[in-house]
Amino acid sequence: MTDEKLSQAERDEAAYFAERAAAAGVGRPLSQGDTPPAPGEPPTLFDVQEMELNFGPQHPSTHGVLRIVLKVDGEKILEAIPDVGFLHRGTEKLFETETYPMGIPHTDRMDYVAAATNNHAFCLTIEKLLDVEVPRRAQLVRVILDELQRLSSHLVWLGTSGIDLGAVTPFWYAFREREQILDFFEEYCGARLTLNCMRIGGLPFDLTTGWVERLLEFVDDLPARIDDYEQLLTDNRIWKRRTVGIGVLTAAECVEYGLTGPLIRASGIEWDLRRAQPYECYDELDFAVPTRQNGDTYDRYIVRVQEMRQSVRILRQCLDRLEPGEIRGKVPRVIKPPAEEIYASIESPKGELGFYCVSNGSNRPYRMHCRPPSFINLQALPKMAKGHLISDLVALIGTIDIVLGEVDR
Amino acid sequence: MKILTPTFLTYVKVLLIVAVVPAIVGFVIVLAERRIMGFMQVRLGPNRVGPKGTLQGLADLLKLVTKEDVTPARAEKFVHFLAPVLAVIPALTALAVIPMGPSIRLARHVSTPLWVADINIGLLFLLAITSIGVYGIILGGWASNNKYSMLGGLRSAAQLVSYEVPMGLSLVAVLLMTRSLSLVEIVMRQDRMQLWFVFPGLLSFFLYFVSGVAETNRNPFDLPEAESELVSGFNTEYSGVKFAFFFLGEYAAMIIISCVAVTVFFGGWLPPFGHVKALSFLHIVPPFLWFLAKVGFFIFCYIWFRSTFPRYRFDQLMALGWKWMIPLSLVNIVIVALAILWTPGRTDGLVRLGWLFGALFLLMFFLAKLRQALARRDRLASEPAGTRQSALKA
Amino acid sequence: MAEEITPPAATGAKEVAKPKLVATDAASHPWVMSLSAGVPGAVVASKTFAGQVTVTVAREKIADVARHLKQAEDFAYCVDVTAVDWKERAPRFDVVYHFYSFSKNDRIRVKCGAADGEDVPSIARVYLAANWCERETFDMFGIRFSGHPDLRRILTWEGFHGHPLRKDFPLEGIDTGAAIYPEEWPEGGGPGASDPNRKVVS
Repeated sequence: MTDEKLSQAERDEAAYFAERAAAAGVGRPLSQGDTPPAPGEPPTLFDVQEMELNFGPQHPSTHGVLRIVLKVDGEKILEAIPDVGFLHRGTEKLFETETYPMGIPHTDRMDYVAAATNNHAFCLTIEKLLDVEVPRRAQLVRVILDELQRLSSHLVWLGTSGIDLGAVTPFWYAFREREQILDFFEEYCGARLTLNCMRIGGLPFDLTTGWVERLLEFVDDLPARIDDYEQLLTDNRIWKRRTVGIGVLTAAECVEYGLTGPLIRASGIEWDLRRAQPYECYDELDFAVPTRQNGDTYDRYIVRVQEMRQSVRILRQCLDRLEPGEIRGKVPRVIKPPAEEIYASIESPKGELGFYCVSNGSNRPYRMHCRPPSFINLQALPKMAKGHLISDLVALIGTIDIVLGEVDR
Repeated sequence: MKILTPTFLTYVKVLLIVAVVPAIVGFVIVLAERRIMGFMQVRLGPNRVGPKGTLQGLADLLKLVTKEDVTPARAEKFVHFLAPVLAVIPALTALAVIPMGPSIRLARHVSTPLWVADINIGLLFLLAITSIGVYGIILGGWASNNKYSMLGGLRSAAQLVSYEVPMGLSLVAVLLMTRSLSLVEIVMRQDRMQLWFVFPGLLSFFLYFVSGVAETNRNPFDLPEAESELVSGFNTEYSGVKFAFFFLGEYAAMIIISCVAVTVFFGGWLPPFGHVKALSFLHIVPPFLWFLAKVGFFIFCYIWFRSTFPRYRFDQLMALGWKWMIPLSLVNIVIVALAILWTPGRTDGLVRLGWLFGALFLLMFFLAKLRQALARRDRLASEPAGTRQSALKA
Repeated sequence: MAEEITPPAATGAKEVAKPKLVATDAASHPWVMSLSAGVPGAVVASKTFAGQVTVTVAREKIADVARHLKQAEDFAYCVDVTAVDWKERAPRFDVVYHFYSFSKNDRIRVKCGAADGEDVPSIARVYLAANWCERETFDMFGIRFSGHPDLRRILTWEGFHGHPLRKDFPLEGIDTGAAIYPEEWPEGGGPGASDPNRKVVS
């Protein structure tokens, strides 16, 4: 790879890009429907006076390093163009250079508020490729960890999106419970955030003594705590005015944009991978898939809160079914899957989290691709934000529930 | 005691206001705010500096004073400097006309009232002076050469101008009852009428206090500095002492709004229901302390709001101001005028208006509760089965 | 710099105790048959592995295939678009699409080969969801999608050299340049080749 060759390729690419961009009208000054003042004439009060505003990457409400280039008229958003990639670490490249089990810790760093579900999706993919059966106890514990992680992820979402709209107090309530959940993780695997708590074929450790009993106590407490958050927000008039009718997505739009998770369920599509394509032992558990019809920010809030209640139900059922047993399936010491390709996905707190793995029969994946829910869901932001105010943009970023580690990988 | 001339005492009082109010802001209100919010948010709040965190204010002050004073590269240097000054000085000036208590005796034959000046246009003076504080915010937002600050400044311009109107109009209704603009006279009249103006002026009070919260840029109306939207808005580019001035200005404005609410609606330094025989023991507490306690309560309300409410959106805030508060305050003026005309020369009409407002208030409170309960029932009905704890145990 | 980082394909893998999953031909699968009928000449090969149907189609036909799958077979939801770099193989890349059907509750994987420099018809007009996925694939592999409404780099910045997920892109990175400050750094980025301070930035 010489410099000359590189620059030639680069020139080609730049020319190509410029041509494409011009064809698509990228960088055009205004969206359709708005009339800019004619050149030379001074703008009057009611003309569109466009201003470009950089929203992020250092901004308290972008939940990380998201940059949104806003074209605003006053505070009205004419166009919002997300610019991602500030946290790109080449995780997919790293997967290719390390053996299969060594990939698990990398998944922790993608959606760092929901590491367990990432681990789970990764392990599930390899297990499917290897055709390994996970023992029942491991399945149950995995579901428990998943649901705890879902709770903790939704709590982070609840707290931060509350702060985005100026409601500071729910944040502290939500983080009080989240801390407790992190304590459970810490006791189980020694880490609080980057858990690395699953292995291909099962689990790294069995549960510690008393863990189940303490978790049961916590789980019994939780519905009342969720009532606390709801009391602060659900019927709060200001909260409703800030969220009802904001960023409405119809069911058809959700499917078109490939949105998954709470976003699609708030638009009236009862689709949850735990129900649609059950993995582990979700098929024998009794839980509902909360849906709402309006597809606005308020409904997404309600769906997430109800999902937390369902997680409590799932946790309780799993804890009841736990019996001593094996925690690791029969996995060869050196994992060398057949030279094939596989896609497996789970319902992460944000939506469909999938891994596409191509193996060439060696002990390292030839290609490991992640289907990140945050990344795909973020695509709908320009559509949702158009015509709203800057204050609503903040609500919308919160309601999509993105984690930039996963968007950028 | 030649030295204790009235003029000299006025200078002393001015000095006290200028020196003590910032100290109160720094040491008492900020600490109280953080501790109370901590309590409401299941955390501790500052408790490390000094016993129980009492010296936190000093630490904050030292931090702010020793910080670098940054002026952005292409800022309007002079205006950038002027803005925080404009935010503080009017707020402190306005304190001059606030009566904090009746005369106290300092020495034999020397007594002094607890106000700097009792001018006959006191209320007007207050409204005029406090609205200068708006310039501080607008200019600060404009001079920073930052789009977010600019948006914050614009927001505050629109917001403060809009909310001055219902604020003034709500005080007009009180003026009908007091027939005086002098704040001292307003308190005296409440004493003579044996009636706090909050009862006949309940609506006025709500309008005034809500506008007051909006005027001071506090939750749920803290849009000009909405940190999650505009990254602190107008004060984004301020640091060090200049930032401290903005900070002080905001809290001094809070004190002013609370002081006026106490003076105009809650009888100033008067104890509650002082004319009732059974409650005459309340006179033991010095009037000044009554005043302080009442002001403290309103400041507590500010803190309470801050930890309870989400923030309004800008257009909703304007709609609230123009579509609800201004018409309501106009209607309120008519209602109060009619009540005064009902029994000319006596206070019976006002007392009856007080009862009416009280009954209305209770009715609305229960209606709101009912509405909330109905909404909750509908919501629960739409939830998937088996979600609630009770359903789980069944 | 063109360091080979891919381990050579393991030949003669050790025997594994369990019977492995095997891929079977899926030419008679209803979706594949529908595709062959709906888009003549599109299907090149097809297989089923672990219950997942993979159809390899001709590169020029991919947009038609996507449209057919969406309209006739109700694959309404585009799950993902990505690519695989087979460095030595004849068309160098595989562009891989996953579609999901809510009514069938199943996914289909569609692949098409693409040589380096060949345009692949974009499906972003068929599925809005494919927009960013195709941008990412372009960014990571340098595969261009013709007809894409806004084909720009997405995860790396504009002015970045190379495509990180290509197998010949070194893991430690290359001198990525600093086109961010063109007045301070020369065009193309970074301290010039003669600069003593020059070092490889990853």
